[in-house]
Amino acid sequence: MIGEGTLSTNQRKHSYVQERVEVGFFTDPSVCIGCKACEVACKEWNQVPDDGFTWSGNSYDNTGHLGASTWRHVMFLEQDRQKGNQVSGPMSLGDEDPFRWVFLSDVCKHCEEAGCLEACPTGSIVRTEVGSVLVQNDVCNGCGYCVVSCPFGVIDRRPQPLPDAGGAFKCTFCYDRQKSGLVPACAKVCPTESIVFGRLDDLRARGAERVQQLQQSGYRDAQLYDPTETSVRGIHAFFLILGEPEAYGLPPKPQVPTIYLKSAWTAAFATAIASIIATLAAFAFFS
Amino acid sequence: MTTEPRLEQLREKAWQDGVVPGRGVDVVGGPIPRKPGYYGQAVVKPPVWTWEIPLYFFFGGMAGMSAVIASGAVLSHHVDLARVAMWIAVIGGAFISPVLLILDLGRPHLFLNMLRVFKHRSAMSMGAWILTAFGACAVPGLIALELHTHQILPGALDQLLRVAAGIFIVAAAIFGTLLATYTGVLIGASAIPAWFLHRTLLPIHFGTAGLGSAAALLELIGHRIAPLHAIGFFAATVETGLLIWLSIDKHGAADRAIHEHGSGWLVRIGEILNGPVALGLRSFGFIPFAAISFLIGSLVSRIGWIAVGKVSGADPESVFAAEQYVLNHEND
Repeated sequence: MIGEGTLSTNQRKHSYVQERVEVGFFTDPSVCIGCKACEVACKEWNQVPDDGFTWSGNSYDNTGHLGASTWRHVMFLEQDRQKGNQVSGPMSLGDEDPFRWVFLSDVCKHCEEAGCLEACPTGSIVRTEVGSVLVQNDVCNGCGYCVVSCPFGVIDRRPQPLPDAGGAFKCTFCYDRQKSGLVPACAKVCPTESIVFGRLDDLRARGAERVQQLQQSGYRDAQLYDPTETSVRGIHAFFLILGEPEAYGLPPKPQVPTIYLKSAWTAAFATAIASIIATLAAFAFFS
Repeated sequence: MTTEPRLEQLREKAWQDGVVPGRGVDVVGGPIPRKPGYYGQAVVKPPVWTWEIPLYFFFGGMAGMSAVIASGAVLSHHVDLARVAMWIAVIGGAFISPVLLILDLGRPHLFLNMLRVFKHRSAMSMGAWILTAFGACAVPGLIALELHTHQILPGALDQLLRVAAGIFIVAAAIFGTLLATYTGVLIGASAIPAWFLHRTLLPIHFGTAGLGSAAALLELIGHRIAPLHAIGFFAATVETGLLIWLSIDKHGAADRAIHEHGSGWLVRIGEILNGPVALGLRSFGFIPFAAISFLIGSLVSRIGWIAVGKVSGADPESVFAAEQYVLNHEND
């Protein structure tokens, strides 16, 4: 919990990779201060190129969306709702004009059933010992099929002339750091422990507890975002959200595209057989 | 993404009006326009594919189905037609298609990595293997057929060639039907709403368009025979049916990229050209025009479907609407 200091799972050395323990991220916007340290730490450790120096005009978010060169993305939501039991300050007109500013650090979800992993035709995308989804940069040939197979729009192909252009990139869950017993860079640097790294089962318990705690203190629309009941079957990087997932650009009921294979292949085989029959019939009856 | 000039514009407007009325995105007249989702950002990523992919769909479909026509021609002793059809199959399927696919890769020099693994749950992996198998059957099939027609080898060997040509051409035809239809599965089994909502229509459309364009090209080359006319008639009829299906099977915001925008026009123009227009021209005996109309229609609709993916993927509302639709029809 917050205030554990060096005992926190965000600061301790670990051996999850060696022990093959499922790990995860739990990201909690109720304590996020929008400092973007996670974005910076991610870029520095992973040597990710810049994602453009443009002003978006969308609150304090000039990052945009997750992509080939954006592996952490702090969202800034401006909503006309009250934040918990927060007392309105002198700038506010009171209850009739509530306002809240919500920050949430978005990241690759590392799905239990990952669309990108299923789609990859080169075997470049693999599942690691800790349950995360990893793109092996030296194997990827940049076919781009993972890009349209991710239900969260996370992975993307890096365009020219950036370094390592042509391949598909996304969050690695700092697999290199984890192998050495280190915590992923974003969690390590998070000053408020809004991003927590740890064992997935521990984090799920912690998330449920936090939701309850928040609801008791007035955040009635606090809920966990972890689509376990759809074909994605849960995510390793799950979130606490205030309000609806749509407002965060999170799909409320994401599906892994492999569920569409059966009906599509049935149509393909039927067409294949019909084409052969039609052709043979044309030659048999019209010759 | 909004750029710096846009921010300047917003500031300018706020400066002129004197105030920024109210606070928050939802305040009417506020500086930040109300958009669906998170500032209107795409929820899924639109495809990164460029012009190579629709062209590949076109040539791959035509080449694959050309091998089917070749096997029909071989079985009914139209040897000249079979030869031309196999040349189309080989040039389209074993040269143009792989080149287009490799050009589209972000790292073309690693194209052989496609054959590292065999994943039946990845339509892209299946496609790579189907294309490889098709080339491996069509090329020897064509060589054997040519050697046999020119009677280059002596008697007994020639008989062997005849059998080999038959086997390879029939095998190429089987892989050819898959080459023409798997592309529909490829984009149908994706996270792009307008694509996955039409995952049963797409393989039928791509396969039929491939069959019709193979027959159309052969007719334009000069093989004006009744079986090809019948195949052309069949393909145009099916495409007309698909146009009707597409016009009825609408999903509102979820697949509006097919019914609105430039992408929608491309799909519809393509479907009209290779459906009713080709059918009408063929019925009145304007066979070359029907063939040209079908070929153009097939190409335009392939370009259209990729454009649909780009529009649909960039539209957050269509993702939300499509998810709701999938939830309501889970038993389909």
